[in-house]
Parts: sequence; C-alpha cells; structure tokens
Amino acid sequence: MKFLRRKLDDLRYPFRKGGKWEKFAPAINAFDTFLFVPNHTTHKGSHIRDSVDLKRTMSTVIIALLPALIYGIYNSGYQYYSQLDTPFTFLDAFIHGSWKILPMVFVSYFVGLTIEFIFAVYRGHEVNEGYLVTGLLIPMIMPIDIPLWMVAISVAFSVVIAKEAFGGTGMNILNPALTARAFAFFAYPTYMSGNKVWVSEASNVDAISGETILGSLAAGEEIKYSVAEMFYGSIPGSIAETSVLYILVGAVILIFTGVGSWRIMLSGILGASLVGYLFNLWGANPLMSFSWINHLLVGGFAFGIVFMATDPVTATQTNKGKWIYGFLIGVFCILIRVFNPAYPEGVFLAILLMNVFAPTIDHYIIESNIKRRRKRWNQNLPKII
Amino acid sequence: MTKDIRISRGATINIKGSAEKILTDITSLRSCAIKPENFFNFTPKMLVKEGAKVSIGTPICFEKNDSRIIFVSPVSGTLSKIIRGDRRKILEIVIEPDFSNKKISHKVENTDSLSPEKIKNFLLKTGSWPFIRQRPFNVLADPDIIPKAIHISAISSAPLGVDYDFILKNNKKDFQSGINILNTLVPGNVNLFIDKDFEGFFSKIKNANIFRVSGPHPSGNVSVQIQKTNPINIGEKVWVISPEDIVNIAILFSTGVYSCKRTIAVSGSPVSNPQYFKTTIGSDLFSMLKKLNIDSSTQNRYINGDVFSGIEVQKDSHIDFYNNLVSIIPEGNKHRFFGWLPFFHNKIPSLSRTSLSWIFGSKGYKVDTNMNGEERALVVTGEMEKVFPMDIYPMQLIKACMAGDIEKMEGLGIYEVIPEDFGLIDYSNTSKIEAQEIIKEGIELMIKEIA
Repeated sequence: MKFLRRKLDDLRYPFRKGGKWEKFAPAINAFDTFLFVPNHTTHKGSHIRDSVDLKRTMSTVIIALLPALIYGIYNSGYQYYSQLDTPFTFLDAFIHGSWKILPMVFVSYFVGLTIEFIFAVYRGHEVNEGYLVTGLLIPMIMPIDIPLWMVAISVAFSVVIAKEAFGGTGMNILNPALTARAFAFFAYPTYMSGNKVWVSEASNVDAISGETILGSLAAGEEIKYSVAEMFYGSIPGSIAETSVLYILVGAVILIFTGVGSWRIMLSGILGASLVGYLFNLWGANPLMSFSWINHLLVGGFAFGIVFMATDPVTATQTNKGKWIYGFLIGVFCILIRVFNPAYPEGVFLAILLMNVFAPTIDHYIIESNIKRRRKRWNQNLPKII
Repeated sequence: MTKDIRISRGATINIKGSAEKILTDITSLRSCAIKPENFFNFTPKMLVKEGAKVSIGTPICFEKNDSRIIFVSPVSGTLSKIIRGDRRKILEIVIEPDFSNKKISHKVENTDSLSPEKIKNFLLKTGSWPFIRQRPFNVLADPDIIPKAIHISAISSAPLGVDYDFILKNNKKDFQSGINILNTLVPGNVNLFIDKDFEGFFSKIKNANIFRVSGPHPSGNVSVQIQKTNPINIGEKVWVISPEDIVNIAILFSTGVYSCKRTIAVSGSPVSNPQYFKTTIGSDLFSMLKKLNIDSSTQNRYINGDVFSGIEVQKDSHIDFYNNLVSIIPEGNKHRFFGWLPFFHNKIPSLSRTSLSWIFGSKGYKVDTNMNGEERALVVTGEMEKVFPMDIYPMQLIKACMAGDIEKMEGLGIYEVIPEDFGLIDYSNTSKIEAQEIIKEGIELMIKEIA
C-alpha cells in the first residue's frame, strides 16, 4: 500500500495548491479519495468524527441495489428465452441480459461522471458521490431495448438540467434518475411505452410479446402471470424493477443501515394499499378491481418506493414530512395508474410530483415549529403595566 | 422539589482512557494565564502592564463594554507577557507565580443580610463575575439584570466526562452555601441537574430545584436541560454556573479572597495513568502532564474540554477558564486504503449502521482526529435529529445560520442553543459539516445585529 500511496502522492504533485494543474485538483482528488480515505484531520468543531461519509453511504445504496440488478440481468434473458420457447440455462439468460445491460451501465456512468467532473472542476468543489447511485439507477429503470445513445442523452439531460442547474448534489428538486426516465419517456415514447419494449428483442421478433401486467389490464386483457411470479419478478418490465423479493432484500439493507428512510417506505405502502383497497371496493374497471396487494407487486411500485422515493435530497427532510410524503406517493401512484391507463408507470410520475411538493410539506412542518415557539414567547411576555 | 427528565435522543460514546479517581494537588505552577477567548464576545482592556507585580485578586483587565466586569489574577507573581495574535488581539495574559501567595482581601459580607444587589456587587468587585455565563448565547452575564433562573449541570455526559461528585467531595458544605447565596439572588429558581444513575451528594442539596436527568449525551448539556424544564423565550435571560464555580463563589463569600480552584481530569487513550489534578484556573498544562505517562510514539492532540467541543491547545499552553477536562487523543493523519467500504474499519466508532462498530464498543473505542472523509453537500437527512434531543430542527437551523436569515434563526430557536450542543452533529453527520462553527458564526451575527 505504501508504494501505491507514494506513487499517488507523486502523481498529485502538479495538482497541489499553486501547482501547474491546480484547477483540475477535484479530478485527481476523486480518484485518490476513492483509493484512500484522506489523512485530513479535524481543525475546528468536533475533534473526532464518525467513520461514515458520503462514499460509505452511497456504496451502501449500491450494495442494496445489487440483488435487484443481478436478478434484472437474469430476468431480461429469461423473458427473452422463455417467450421464444427455446431451452436455455441460467447462464444463457444471464449472458443475454449482461450483453444488453452492462453497456447501458457503462454509458450511464461514463456520460454522467464526465459531466460531474467537468462541473466539479468548473465550480472548484470536490466530486460528490451522488452520481454513483444515480448512474446505476438510470439503466435499472429503463426498458431493455432502449438504444445506448438515448441513455446517454437522458443522462446528460438529467445531470445538467435536473441536478447541476440547481447547484449540484444536495440542491436538486427532482430525483435525477427519474428525471432521466421522464425525459426518455416523453422524448422517445415509442421506445419507452407500449407492448413491444418490455422484453428483449420484442420489437424485432414477432413471437415475443412485451406486454406488461398493467399494460394488459389497461387493454382489458387477461393477466398471464400468477401472484408468485409478480413477487419473484419473472415478469416483463423495466430492467431491474420486477422482482419484489430482491427489492425487499435491498430494502432490508437500507433500513438496517439507516441509509433509506423506513418512514417513507412504510407510509408509501400504506398509502398505496389504502387507495388500492378503496378502488377494489369500487371496482368499475379491471384496473380498479386489480387486487390492492397485486398493485404493490407490479409496475415498479416496490422499486420506486424503496430506491427512488427515499432519495434524501428530493424527499422531505423532516421526519413528520416523510410520513406525509411517502403516503401521498402511494396514493398518487395508484390514482395515476387507475385514472390514466396510458401511464402505467404511476409510481415514477407520483414520485416526481411529490418531489416538487416536498419542500412545501417541509415548509409547513417547520413553520408549525416556529409558530409553536412564538406562541410560547407570547404567553411568557413580561407583563408591562 | 425533585423531578425526573428523560433524554431519549443522543449518543454516548465510550472512549478509552477515562480518568481514575485519584486526585493530585499541583502546588508548583510554571505559569498561569487568562485567555480572553474563553469568554464569548469579550474584548479585554488591560489594567496593568507587562512586568507588573500582581497578587491573587489584583484586577488585570476589564470588559470593554462594561468596566464593572473585571478579571483578576489567579496567582501572585509577575505579569510576564501578553501574547497577542492578529491585529494585536490579546490571546493570553501570562502570569508567572512567585509562590508568596499575596492576596487581596475584601470585607466579608454577612451571609444573613445579603441582598441580590449586594451579591452582584461583591462578585463584580472581587473579579468573580466571569464565573457566571448568560444564555442566550453563552456570554458574560449582564450585571444589570436579575435572571429568570440559574442553571447548574452536575452531569458531564460527553466522552471522558468527569465526575462532579468526586471533584467536589471535599467541598460539599461549600457547595451548599454557594447554592444558598444563589437562591438569595433568584429565590426558588436555582435549578440543579444531576445524573439519575449516579446522584452522589447532590440529591441532598437544599434550596434548589433538583432535576434527575437520564439518557445519553447531550443530556449533560445545559441547553438541553433548560429546554426540557423551562425553555428560554425571546427577551429572557438565564444564568449558568458550573458546579466547581459554585464552590469558588462560596469560598469567596466566606473568606473574602478570590477563589479560583479548578479540578482537571486529564484523560485519553495515550495516557496510561489518567487522573484528576487540583490546580488553579488558567494553570499551565505542563505541570500536570509531567506527572503522567503519555505515549509519545504517536503525535497527540491536547484538547481543553471534551473531544466534541473542546479547543485544541499546545502542550506548553494553559487550561481554559470553565472546563474540568483535558482530553488527549492521537492525531489521525494517516491514509486508509479503501477506508470508505461499508462494514470495514469497524474499530472507528460510528453511529451509523454502515459500520459494524456497534458490536465492538463494550471495552471503549480508541479514537483519533481523522476526518474519515471529506466535506460534502448536505445529502442525508434525519441523522442530525437522531442525536439532537431538543424541540428544534437542527438542519434547518444550520441552514438558516448559513444563509444569515435572522428572523428564521430566531424562529428556529437560536436563543436556546450554543455551539457545543451541535458537537454530536459535527461528529456524526455524513457530510462532515462544521455545525458548531456555523452556529457560532450565526450567534455572532445575532449579537451584532441585535445589540
């Protein structure tokens, strides 16, 4: 390690303060701090610090995403081969999925991180780790056959417009990963919706139907999948959002480590269940009478509520606010699905909508704290005669 | 009156090297110092020059805005030098003792005929006024007011915390008479906060409202205790005195001589025999350190106060005015290969479950001064509230201070906090935000704008 450290220190020399390439220091720092936690010591404030930092937090989210991602890669191949009715092994399916998905992950990281580095150097701050998660989330919520250049443009749009334009990590209003998806959804609708995009090669091979469950329901068709299949995730859909089981594994990691807010997750499930149940009672069309439990299992609801709604930057910041925010996401998700069957992606639209309202929710909660304090002041005003 | 208070949010971090209950008297000091920076928002004006002979109780300097508040010499000897910093700001006024113990004696007031005015005047005249700090903002108290209450915290919940019962074991009577004097000042409004799990002799103190506090750090912080019992409203002033200074005040009233006893616990993992020392306020660190075995194989950091909100000092410097603790921890200027990996490097204490350190904490952690990361934008939410037991939104208050929004700061409770309350937030936040510094700047802004 000492050898590597020495090499790195040599490499950093031109980037030092007053050095030739000082301006580009954030770039080399990003690599250096990836390999080594820096030797910086505390100068003011607390003399000791927790071992947690943003890198650790973000890599915990990535660990939580991996089960869903790996299953998503397998499921992409599984959907393709099983609809073709050809015999295949686990490895075949995995390789098929990898060929499609890993390039997307690479493109997403490459484009996004390049923009992040440029902005970091331009603004003279360190590269924030937020994109490590965003960059993995974006391919995970795209349809399998989306061309790579569309991924690249969506990423560029979301990082520049949704994030850096607002001031970078920590300042953005909208979740960058969902913004990327929303951009692709509205810019390239033929690649992002319909019944030909959700299974690998569905648009090229006639034998493959790419219809999702919510798509079939909206079209008034029979559902071909059992509840167990919805839970395990062997259904068509965006790349990594289908398996509730593996998303739950991620949820457990997030909740145990405290990185993801259990309040948002729980209240989101409560909100969606309640509205789903009320629609069940109403039951005017197949989407309304679709069991509320199944509503929780399909359409990326689980993925959205576990990995997207809990993004701390775009969610509400107060604990009380988190309950309201999560609950409303659940409510709006089902409302959008049922009342506008053209948008089965209710959850992602619901989260983006609530992203916009999150600061308002917080505002009222904080105002109530301020009001309570002022009321206490008024009650204790010194008596002036 | 006795009441229980339970603090639920917070964290107690068990650090290696707590002081043993051994008390050593320091009789021969090298030097003693008054440090103006120990008093928030204080500008000193000198009364004596370098080289002057002083006795115990000789006025040395006074507060620029209120000449009644004087600071007196803790020892008899020679004012050897005035150390100045940028723009000739006075950092330390150093006095070399001559061990003659010459002292200035004042006429003792009869304790039965004391009135609030008499008490205040006596404290001012003898130079004992700085023992009293005033909230909001933790400044020197205003002699013109009678406070709403006086709060005394006999709990030290920070890491390596001291045991006030042990510190005051020989001064129990003095403590009671000090409380009696304060009770004359604010009848019925002297609040004494004691540790519920270890009450010591404090539970038998009369003429004070006793609150038995339980729960993790920052349960010993006065701000938290005040907010749980009788929160500060706008325009209200309360006074805070530390337990040992109650004794100093009592001795002053009984002898008429300025008393500035200070018991210091020197502790931390590099010290193999951490213990308590009885010395004088402002005494030099070296005279204590030479009696200890300190591991010098590592570079160490010397901190006046606790590891969360203390102030870094050099080995040859002096102790501060108010604290009873000197913490020594190793410097952490080392790189850690892939140190950010979750669930690795579990020896570093962490409040986050992204580390397994919670399994290894029973014997106490060895901490160092490494940042364990770099400053980043505020991303994670909810973690500050976990260690902040007051009815205040800490992150929003920090943001209001950063923005300098006075009205918001007021509304969000700036009057109820002081920087040290944000020590745990400094420690535990993911983005490595310097919360205490931000709050301090916010308070400075408030003082400037409101005065």
